[in-house]
Amino acid sequence: MSTVTTPVRIRIEPERASESLRRIREEVVAANGEVALDLSLLARIDSSALREMELLARAAEEKNAKPAVHGANIEIYKVLKLARLSERFRFVD
Amino acid sequence: MSEKVPPPQLSEERIAYLEGLVSQARTAAAAFSQCTQEDVDRIVKPMVLAGLEKAQYLARLAIEETKIGVLEDKAIKNMVATEFVYNYVKDKRTVGVIREDPEHGLLELAEPIGVIFSLLPITNPTSTVLFKCIMAIKTRNAVIFSPHPSAWRCCSEAVKIMYETAVKHGAPEGVFTCLESHTLQDNAYLMHHKDVGLIDATGGPGAVKAAYSSGKPALGVGPGNTPVYLDKTADLDMAVVDIITSKTFDNGTICASEQTVVIDDEVYDRVLRKFEELGAHICNEKETELLGRTVIDPATGYMQPMAVGQRATDIARFIGLKVAPDIKLLVAPIKGVGREHPLSVEKLFPVLAVYRAKSTDEALKVCVDVNHAGGLGHTAVVFSNNEEVVRKFGDMINAGRIIVNSPGSIGALGGVYNDMVPTFSFGCGTGGGNSTTDNVNVYHYLNIKRMARRTQAHMWFRVPNQIYFNMKAVENLRNFPSRSTIIITNPALEAIGHADVVRRALPPETQVRVTIIPDAEPDIKIIAQGVEALNFYKADQIVALGGGSVIDAAKIMKLKYESPEADLEELAAPFLDIRKRVVQYPTEKVNHSRLIAISTTSGTGSEVTPFAVMTDKERNIKVTLADYSLTPDVAIVDPQFVMSMPKGLTVDTGVDCLTHALEAGVSIFASPYTDSNAMMAIRLVFKYLPESYENPQDEEARTMMHNAACIAAIAFSNASVGVNHALAHAFGARFGVAHGRANALMLPHVIAYNASVPTKFMPSPNQRAYVAHKKYAMMADLIGLGGHTVQEKVQRLIGTTERLLDRLGVPRSIAELGIPKDEFERALPELVKNAFDDPSWRSNPRMPLISELTELYWKAYHGRTAAYADAAQERQEAEAILV
Repeated sequence: MSTVTTPVRIRIEPERASESLRRIREEVVAANGEVALDLSLLARIDSSALREMELLARAAEEKNAKPAVHGANIEIYKVLKLARLSERFRFVD
Repeated sequence: MSEKVPPPQLSEERIAYLEGLVSQARTAAAAFSQCTQEDVDRIVKPMVLAGLEKAQYLARLAIEETKIGVLEDKAIKNMVATEFVYNYVKDKRTVGVIREDPEHGLLELAEPIGVIFSLLPITNPTSTVLFKCIMAIKTRNAVIFSPHPSAWRCCSEAVKIMYETAVKHGAPEGVFTCLESHTLQDNAYLMHHKDVGLIDATGGPGAVKAAYSSGKPALGVGPGNTPVYLDKTADLDMAVVDIITSKTFDNGTICASEQTVVIDDEVYDRVLRKFEELGAHICNEKETELLGRTVIDPATGYMQPMAVGQRATDIARFIGLKVAPDIKLLVAPIKGVGREHPLSVEKLFPVLAVYRAKSTDEALKVCVDVNHAGGLGHTAVVFSNNEEVVRKFGDMINAGRIIVNSPGSIGALGGVYNDMVPTFSFGCGTGGGNSTTDNVNVYHYLNIKRMARRTQAHMWFRVPNQIYFNMKAVENLRNFPSRSTIIITNPALEAIGHADVVRRALPPETQVRVTIIPDAEPDIKIIAQGVEALNFYKADQIVALGGGSVIDAAKIMKLKYESPEADLEELAAPFLDIRKRVVQYPTEKVNHSRLIAISTTSGTGSEVTPFAVMTDKERNIKVTLADYSLTPDVAIVDPQFVMSMPKGLTVDTGVDCLTHALEAGVSIFASPYTDSNAMMAIRLVFKYLPESYENPQDEEARTMMHNAACIAAIAFSNASVGVNHALAHAFGARFGVAHGRANALMLPHVIAYNASVPTKFMPSPNQRAYVAHKKYAMMADLIGLGGHTVQEKVQRLIGTTERLLDRLGVPRSIAELGIPKDEFERALPELVKNAFDDPSWRSNPRMPLISELTELYWKAYHGRTAAYADAAQERQEAEAILV
């Protein structure tokens, strides 16, 4: 019998998106690879946060994991697509 | 990772470095895509101010590093690249909706390109950076710059100034990057990278060619070789000053600057004197020869790079030419264009070739030669006050920029001497191996998305000015004054006295002549005879008394009488949409006449239609004309002329009328206006055609059928017919079957066909859904056939139509006509081909496939439909209605 663990769901605050993502990468992803990002509060995403998303995806891939993303609006989704990051995350809703 | 295998010689570290640049730019571009118009405008303005502030500083850096050009001019270039470009772009919309055309339902939306890879030239390094950075920010793109190796420091400093200002005001980090010292392999790697959306190559021919060869979308600026024609009518003082200003600007480094000036013989000496007075050195033959073999590489025929952007005095000193210390330009007379005349090519330094032309023709020819000697698509200049010469020059020269009475280089940059778009990239069109002849600007840095909303096509409803109907309606002829009237009719109608009835109804003062034509589709000779009669009697009125053939003949006679030059064959050219047709009917008329059509059959409705058919027997062709100008001015629908119509004709024309109404009712051009006519015609036909047929003297039935034919024709004149007519035309022509009977053979099968889900929908902007089956159901309701579902109603309409055809005694299958199956089978390919060529089906609700036409013909061969065979109950009900 296998057990399924639900990854921790972390809401990203717009004011400190880049910093939060870095911390998540260093603390959560580095530990077990699994994470669920809640982007529902983000109306936009800047380039430094995007770079952190990329590093986070890479860190998760090293652990054979694919981070989940919740609540990304269509604008954010398109930005992730343009940055070629959309395939590296699971979009949950 | 990149899409293609990187070229050799790139180390893993180098690839990682290049990938890092692309990744950074891609991320920046993605983030930038969220910015609004206000955001980007807020960033652009301080960038422009920073560029202006640093104009002289950057110019100095460029001069120190490249050793090319003039400090003051480079500073001016930097200012033009910022201030003038800003002036052009500041109010331009480059984000979201950039243009709206509500009248046509069109909207243009901007989509950034993403990552642009940009090559920078040695000749205009910093100004090009400033220009491209402003364009990129205005359009939300990220740029990776690759400067010319000998201009790297000044370019990277210019990029840094622009980048820091942009990021400070809200641009994403990484929006601009500049390659450090690099190789051609680096450029090749980036040109092929899948994340690079566009290559903007401003540089030498090699760089431009590499960009275009990469397979990526590219903006490449080709080389120039600007010819100048100095015509004898020009303002010579202005021309000489302009040429010197332009050719010495930044020591001639702008590729749009003048290269060879072709001067009319009459003013040649004066022009050269003026050059000399203003600081040019006029070379003698020996000096010209020396220049030619030193500043131009004899091996390649191209300019020597070491001369590019150097002062005239330095060039003279270098090659051992003795000139005054303050000369600014070396003017070298040449005698032709080509390799034997080395100075006839592009020279990006202050050496100007001049040519003495004996005539305008010779001058233009030499300009064309210069244009073709490496300058195609770029820039050309003409100084002239003769507009004819200016236009001729424009016609003869292939150049994206044809500068009139102003300096070539500064003129081509735009915004200073003219209102062209300011730029530092000149598109050279296909002549220069480029995709555009434009002055490259912000719109070339965008993907422009066109949103086109569904528009409602303008429809129409056109009928004759006046229609008189009911018994004795012919008496209304007395309301139409005429000096000379020609009655066109056929022998039978003349014989039974119908022509006399018409004659008596005309006003007594009218001179009346009768022209008898055969009762058959009119031939071109008959038309010609009729026109001759109209001319001879100077007719001002034509009364067509007859069926479709006579009325069609009269329509064509009127056309040729009023517009003798009308080419009937040309007017018969096919068209898809009458409003967009290629051929226009004549509007200028040498004669004027009124056409009154009196129909003597109840079917074709030619008295109200804009169509006419004739044959050219000599050439064995059929000419079908269609134009609303052919529609008779007056229609008279008087049943007295159909009371004696034979039974066979009653059936043929009656079924034709029913087919017109059914097809107009489901046509893709059907409208509420045509529907009202089509539906009423259907109702009248089902009610009165059997009566007309069985009781020919029933005045009410004849009257109503006569009206039905006319209003069905009004419907199909505006909505057209359909596939039934296409099938019937081809079949009738091949087997000599009357049109009405041919229609009858196809009719039930075509209803069933149109009522089912199409294999292929017909493009029909006027329709919001496929409605043919619902329209048939509506027709069934109208004639009271009952049924609960659309399908039931359609089945009942088919069954009722079949019962009507049975009752009229028309053959119900092609087999019944006595056509053997093998003969029919042999004829079938040609029949289908002709039916598909027939324009009638183009308004059919369902687009027929060739295989479907074949199937319909086979169904017609075998006869009755499944609906007929299976629906006994419906048949009984239908019979009850018909009775």
